[in-house]
Amino acid sequence: MGIEQKLGNMGVVTTTLEGVVNWSRTRAMWPMLFGLACCAIEMMSAQAPNYDMSRFGMELMRASPRQSDLMIVAGRVSRKMGPVLRRLYDQMPEPKWVLAMGDCASCGGVFNNYAIYQGVDEVVPVDVYVAGCPPRPEALIHGVMTLYEKVKSEKFRDLAAKA
Amino acid sequence: MDNKLEQIVQALQEKFKAQGEEFRGEAHVLVGAGQIVEVLTWLRDQQNFELLSAMTAVDYCPQEEPRFHVVYQLTSVANNLSLMLRIPVNGDKPEVPTATGVFGNAIWREREIWDMFGVRFAGHPDPRRILMPPDWEGHPLRKDYPLGYEEPQFTFNFEEIDLRKPYAKE
Repeated sequence: MGIEQKLGNMGVVTTTLEGVVNWSRTRAMWPMLFGLACCAIEMMSAQAPNYDMSRFGMELMRASPRQSDLMIVAGRVSRKMGPVLRRLYDQMPEPKWVLAMGDCASCGGVFNNYAIYQGVDEVVPVDVYVAGCPPRPEALIHGVMTLYEKVKSEKFRDLAAKA
Repeated sequence: MDNKLEQIVQALQEKFKAQGEEFRGEAHVLVGAGQIVEVLTWLRDQQNFELLSAMTAVDYCPQEEPRFHVVYQLTSVANNLSLMLRIPVNGDKPEVPTATGVFGNAIWREREIWDMFGVRFAGHPDPRRILMPPDWEGHPLRKDYPLGYEEPQFTFNFEEIDLRKPYAKE
């Protein structure tokens, strides 16, 4: 541990580029407000002082998709809303992630009918699903931490293969 | 039935040849489609029924002919009365004159009835779908419309349903 101590004394940290990039992406991931229904209340309460999400980097929720990284789809998506959701997702710049919050966004929830998408993954590709109706703020924060684990393990070669 | 309401129902029966019935304390009157605008205007102006509280439709297929009943719920705030009007409408090309001239709030309720049941309103200023996407085919609340549900994925049929689900790729 000698050289790290020496470097630490000089104020130098060594790491990998991937590590730094992923670390910086997780430490300041701004979600886009996409609260559609009841799950939005739980999302708001997760942002509120009691279960603060800005401890985890989600300092503020951006209403504009151009300025956000994460889309938390909170609530049921109806057939009429689907194209709007897709358009907002397309307007988000890379890198972007989607978190499907609650049962309705994950699988249609209690609404198993013609008017509601049975899972928002019919419209946008989802990274993390959070179950619950609505999920408690702690469950949403756990979902966010899971997403952070996923982001931390992202490799450049996968991103290069995708492009 | 309330005394005042009795009188109004009697007057409707005489004047417009409507048919009054009662069910569990609620009075409803069956009116023909051609007379509805007259009846509504008379009730609003002469009998103080200022508020159209509800307007909806019911599908009685296949038990009853005619198939649809368009239901108007009128409320008189001044006299504390509530009256229901029903129009029986046939199933093929159902059409009813619009009530937007008489009660302004009928505009969206008629759009909803058009969207969900397919009952046209002649003379409606804005006939488009209100709840379903504008290019949707079919009228969801009719009795012969399929439920449109998805089979629940249990462990034993998980893969086969998974293959059929339309996932979004990127």
